[in-house]
Amino acid sequence: MSQAPSAAPAENAAPLLKVAGLSKSFGPVQVLKGIDLTVEAGQVHAIIGENGAGKSTLMKILSGHLQPTDGEIRIDGQPVVFSGPVDAEHRGIVLVHQEILLAPDLTVAQNVYLGREIAKGLVVDDKAMNEGARKAIRELGGDIDPTVTVGRLSIAQRQLVQIARSLLVPHRLVIFDEPTASLTPVETEALLKVITDIRAKGTAVLYISHRLPEVKLIADKVTVLRDGRLVTTRDAKDVEPVDMARLMVGRDVAKLYPDRAAAGTREVVLEVEDMSVPGYAEHASFQLRKGEILGFAGLVGAGRTELMEGMVGLRPGRGTVRLAGKPVSFTNVHDSMKAGIAYLSEDRKGKGLLLAKDLKVNLTLASLGRFVRWGQVDRTREREALDKAIAEFDIRTGRKDLLAGQLSGGNQQKLLLAKMMMLDPSIIIIDEPTRGIDIGTKEQIYKFIAGLAAEGRSIIVVSSEMPELIGLCDRILVMRTGHIVGEVAGDHMNENEIVVLATGVQTGEAA
Amino acid sequence: MTETAAATAKAKRSWKDVDLRAVAPFVALALLLVLGAFANPNFISVDNLLNVLTRSAFIAIIAVGATFVISAGGLDLSVGSMVAFVASLTILFMNSGAVSDPTMTIVAAALLAIAIGAACGLANGLITTVGRIEPFIATLGTMGIYRGLTTWLSQGGAITLRNPDVQSLYRPVYFGEIFGVPFPIYVIVITAAIGAFVLYRTRYGRHVVAVGSNEDVAHYSGIPVSRVRTLTYVIQGLCVAVACLIYIPRLGSTSATTGLMWELQAITAVVVGGTALRGGVGRIWGTVCGAFILEIVGNIMLLSNFVSEYLLGAIQGAIIIIAMLVQRSLVRKS
Repeated sequence: MSQAPSAAPAENAAPLLKVAGLSKSFGPVQVLKGIDLTVEAGQVHAIIGENGAGKSTLMKILSGHLQPTDGEIRIDGQPVVFSGPVDAEHRGIVLVHQEILLAPDLTVAQNVYLGREIAKGLVVDDKAMNEGARKAIRELGGDIDPTVTVGRLSIAQRQLVQIARSLLVPHRLVIFDEPTASLTPVETEALLKVITDIRAKGTAVLYISHRLPEVKLIADKVTVLRDGRLVTTRDAKDVEPVDMARLMVGRDVAKLYPDRAAAGTREVVLEVEDMSVPGYAEHASFQLRKGEILGFAGLVGAGRTELMEGMVGLRPGRGTVRLAGKPVSFTNVHDSMKAGIAYLSEDRKGKGLLLAKDLKVNLTLASLGRFVRWGQVDRTREREALDKAIAEFDIRTGRKDLLAGQLSGGNQQKLLLAKMMMLDPSIIIIDEPTRGIDIGTKEQIYKFIAGLAAEGRSIIVVSSEMPELIGLCDRILVMRTGHIVGEVAGDHMNENEIVVLATGVQTGEAA
Repeated sequence: MTETAAATAKAKRSWKDVDLRAVAPFVALALLLVLGAFANPNFISVDNLLNVLTRSAFIAIIAVGATFVISAGGLDLSVGSMVAFVASLTILFMNSGAVSDPTMTIVAAALLAIAIGAACGLANGLITTVGRIEPFIATLGTMGIYRGLTTWLSQGGAITLRNPDVQSLYRPVYFGEIFGVPFPIYVIVITAAIGAFVLYRTRYGRHVVAVGSNEDVAHYSGIPVSRVRTLTYVIQGLCVAVACLIYIPRLGSTSATTGLMWELQAITAVVVGGTALRGGVGRIWGTVCGAFILEIVGNIMLLSNFVSEYLLGAIQGAIIIIAMLVQRSLVRKS
């Protein structure tokens, strides 16, 4: 039997990949317990599960990044042991990482060919690499100049570059680890098409995602993991997203979004007029009412994050901001915090939390002044505050002296929320509140957000997940290329209306 | 109340929770003391040890300031030159006779040194934060400037404290003892204690570590990043001034080579003490321990016959590399 990767689907009895009794322990903690999995060529096999269910560990074992503690992996019926990711790649298994791992100062082509440069003698052949990169990206349905540095690309474009890079090696099984987490609907659609194309060539695809409708749309088989165990593997056509959610959580997720009383027409607490953030947003005006949840929808790069950051003084902006009718001007974020506005960045790990510091330090960082007594930080009160936050926001941590980076994504988001709530803000701006968070925690975060609104706080939610905005918000403003192009509310709050506004294109196919 | 709470929290921790990286420098120091005792019995005598600690005072005090700068993610290469510059100006002031009373001369000179040190530090801070120049380059520049100004002030020679009254009155600041312990050792302890209080207990200290740990997170948390950074350089300048004040009575003179390479010794002390060079972690007492280690290694080499003392620089260079390797292998248990 040939070990060389081939594009032809295996017609013989042995499946492309068969995993039996696979287990993995980190010290005393067993994160995978006896996984059996069969992946056939020419199929998209989705792996779903909450954060901590063991999906990433399984994928890392299958791509050679980790060694299993127990169990067997067979390729074409032959047992294999990967010595490392390079070995796995030689056998045709390629992992497309969730995080974007590209060198921002190198060009697109240099990144695509990094570590496997085409050379003529001693000199790298830039022309051939540019050509190859352009072609590879075009095959994925993208159009990016291969000579541009990656630092200047959008997140979606970078992801495309990363996929192109991964697919450059001969492959038989491609593993996608949450590829759509930071993509907009249109970009997601394009990516799903790429995956369908890959499948059509006879390649097997392992697809990890939190977005269940997407899984339903694209997968042939669905495997559900929970707490390191394989719950079930089924044909995708036999399970609906709601069933998937139930299987993942292990209980009924009847309603993801909390019931809320309509905000009505209470007083305006925040009024933004003619706000411009150079290069990102222009002439944006909107109002926020007391107890309201206001959504901001739009494609990545529409200027939503930048508009918010400009408004709270995190980046330079021009325009009028009125708080309860009084004009204010924030030149730095400290001023807006003092005025009662809290902004939670979409970049939880890069801008929200000090990953290398413990929970207590993170919790009190923005509100440290409140903990100072006689010139020094009162650690007893800090600890009390942490106990309270852990209880109030259900932050699941084994020990209280863990580092923030050791928490799961969902618990990090809860910690970030707790941190900003220490400021007791009247206005809370949450950018991508549930990105990369499992469905059980999502439900909790939505409940917190609704609860804060019920307390009379006003909330702005910036999100690329339309169901989330529709399920949570009273009104949704849609941005496109730096402008607020429309508002949807009431019966008009559906994905179709939002997509039309966000893209400026009337699409018949948008569901 | 805070004290008791901290004490109970400490009691609750088991030995497994001890961060090895924080303990490593003290273990190294203890091992060195044992090694030194074997190498030469005179080494472990109280007199010799007090002598060694006294001589480490300049680097230890400067390195306390460097701990702040490095914890916040910065770097200051100019401290050695700054010592020469501040000390020279201070001596020139005392020689000028602007104040006639010797006691008042010293008091005024001390205030002047502190003001100049703070100003030099402020300049470093503003160049890196407002000028947005990499600290390495900015302080490489000021290193040349402070050194060059000193050479110019001394016209290539020495600047010597001339007034005998001032000299005799000032002398005990380096050579004096209280309860048998040399005065500079008190200065080390007091400087480090203040430094530790500020870094570990105050809001500003927390901000320093946050800025060094992740500047963006600090910024998004409403921390005035530039101000915090700039102040670390001012603290460094103040520490340099304090070091100058105990340095001047030692020799009573400065020249263009005063404090040469002290910046490297200070940085070595900080890193050997367990502070991360990339910022985000600062250990004041570790730094002081690091400064002791550097001086003790030199002393052992002097007292023993194993290694030529001309190799001191090479040994100190090796120490910094070994310290980094040890730090890396002692990954915190989670």
